Amino acid sequence: MKSFTQLTGNAAPMDRANVDTDMIIPKQFLKSIKRSGFGKNLFDELRYLDEGQPDQDCAGRPVNPDFPLNHSRYQGATILLARENFGCGSSREHAPWALDDYGFRCVIAPSFADIFYNNSFKNGLLPIVLSDEQVDVLFSQMYASEGYALTVDLESQSVTTPGGDVFSFEVDAFRKHCLLNGFDDIELTLQDAEAIRVYEKGRRESAPWLFGAVK
Amino acid sequence: MTAKTLYDKLWDSHIVKQRDDGSALIYIDRHIIHEVTTPQAFEGLRIAGRKPWRVDSILATPDHNVPTTKNERASGVAGIEDPVSRIQVQTLDDNCEEFGIVEFKINDERQGIVHVIGPETGACLPGMTVVCGDSHTATNGALGALAHGIGTSEVEHVMATQCLVAKKMKNMLVRVDGVLGEGVTSKDVVLAIIGEIGTAGGNGHAIEFGGQVFRDMSMEGRMTVCNMAIEGGARAGMVAVDETTLNYVKGRPYAPADDVWEQATAEWATLVSDEGAHFDTVVVIDGATIKPQVSWGTSPEMVLPVDGKVPSPADESDPVKREGIERALSYMGLKAGQAIADIKVDKVFIGSCTNSRIEDMRAAAAVVKGRQKAGSVIEALVVPGSGAVKTQAEAEGLDKIFIDAGMEWREPGCSMCLAMNADKLGAGEHCASTSNRNFEGRQGYGGRTHLVSPAMAAAAAIAGHFVDVREF
Repeated sequence: MKSFTQLTGNAAPMDRANVDTDMIIPKQFLKSIKRSGFGKNLFDELRYLDEGQPDQDCAGRPVNPDFPLNHSRYQGATILLARENFGCGSSREHAPWALDDYGFRCVIAPSFADIFYNNSFKNGLLPIVLSDEQVDVLFSQMYASEGYALTVDLESQSVTTPGGDVFSFEVDAFRKHCLLNGFDDIELTLQDAEAIRVYEKGRRESAPWLFGAVK
Repeated sequence: MTAKTLYDKLWDSHIVKQRDDGSALIYIDRHIIHEVTTPQAFEGLRIAGRKPWRVDSILATPDHNVPTTKNERASGVAGIEDPVSRIQVQTLDDNCEEFGIVEFKINDERQGIVHVIGPETGACLPGMTVVCGDSHTATNGALGALAHGIGTSEVEHVMATQCLVAKKMKNMLVRVDGVLGEGVTSKDVVLAIIGEIGTAGGNGHAIEFGGQVFRDMSMEGRMTVCNMAIEGGARAGMVAVDETTLNYVKGRPYAPADDVWEQATAEWATLVSDEGAHFDTVVVIDGATIKPQVSWGTSPEMVLPVDGKVPSPADESDPVKREGIERALSYMGLKAGQAIADIKVDKVFIGSCTNSRIEDMRAAAAVVKGRQKAGSVIEALVVPGSGAVKTQAEAEGLDKIFIDAGMEWREPGCSMCLAMNADKLGAGEHCASTSNRNFEGRQGYGGRTHLVSPAMAAAAAIAGHFVDVREF
């Protein structure tokens, strides 16, 4: 897994609540059997004025001039500022894949949907929860100043604004540990293979119906 | 001993190892997979040279991309017209073949929507942990199981280790007391709950649905409710085990029998929340007040009783919410203050993992029987959730009722719920849909979804606009 330690980068807005995973990456792109290449279709229905198709070259498509990510001032942004309940809806990991492939490394919002939040950590994309007020501050500072950049430090769990304000955030110890080191979850779990076998053996004896084979 | 909730019990009995950092290794009993969220997980296994830990815990079926017309289904995978969909379904077949996983293939009579076939075959049972790379996996919680959706990285993790790294969620009780009115269904109950708690209301929680309304509800109804726990923000929803559960499970192909059945049911009887167990959040709703529901906006929380009127942004003080309402009205082509009953319907979709079980087919057929689809309704699809549902419905003559009414009776699959196959809405079309999400573009680019119960969808198909099924 990709690690995340520290990042200084420009912020871009996704200024609406309840951004769902269909909005982040529409279903037609989920037909891909690959893990990469979703960035060009991130926010497809908002970003372009036509309906996108899988494997289509997006270069010639009409872009929505009103969508902030199409504005020159937000090109190259690596931090997405968002509103409450970001990533609600389906379990598609294609959502963090698309954000990552586009170039985002971090999303800051007042709250996230559970599955999206979880999926992000698996892909080196750091979701940060700050209070409504703090997110409001970041949005208004970002709108007021072109090239607005934030510094995110996972070790110290802090977001620092260009003006030097520091907002601290919470993150689970185990998720932080894995992300800082870029650990492979499966490798870590397999270190406990013996514990899994012991549990399995005990349950097979006490609750055999749980081990009914699919035939 | 401390009183435990149903979720506490399911969690505790599946801990392989509690880690110091607050996470735990949780054992997974059943893993259901489909074609959309697994290709990258299999690729990961191949690259690392890993094999599934317990291959007979996995059940596969293609559902999202499969066509639902007889013609396109006739020649199996090779007949899928969309080449990208065909590759994805073929990839699932190939992966299952390579790793030795049992798959109900496209034209297997047991094929169906993952969340329909899990309970229906007895592959998912009370007391199990069930995962699937699909957020509607909570459907299985109706059995008194801990079931939730996972991402593709976790699909790979569960295949490789039979475990999930997880942190315990908080306990939430949604209690619906009393008795539902005539014509009010499980779908109306869950939509009303989401309207009350909001789409983020259950974030970080596992929801137990309790109270008289759920005790009186059929298993199919409980599945509809648990299915939409995620639309209320909760990864998992569940209902305690009772006689209804046991009667449903008994005799299913993968359910235990004889002595093991006796042993299992003795343990399943404990799958209820103890008296006095602690819930972090409690929501209480009076079932008698719930009316048939219709969603008007682009989030499942934007829902109203059928006799309601579309809200006005001017009445909302929170600026982010106000903008949300304005945007939803614009996308949906509705006016503030417009009566729900005045919304005309262009298409009707009866199906999806929320409402494609036999009870749903019966409820829709009862409304449609002897009537005709309105001329203004371009298309009305009825898509059973599995081969078994289809066979049962046909044995009862329900297919004839739909066809006689001018509706289409299709082959099983996810279909127009998310429009990954050919079944979709055109831009601007309003759809009375028994599915679970009304997000922008969900059922087709520019399509406008209204979430309703099967009976309400059927009534809208006949009337050409939303009507109160209680007066129909």
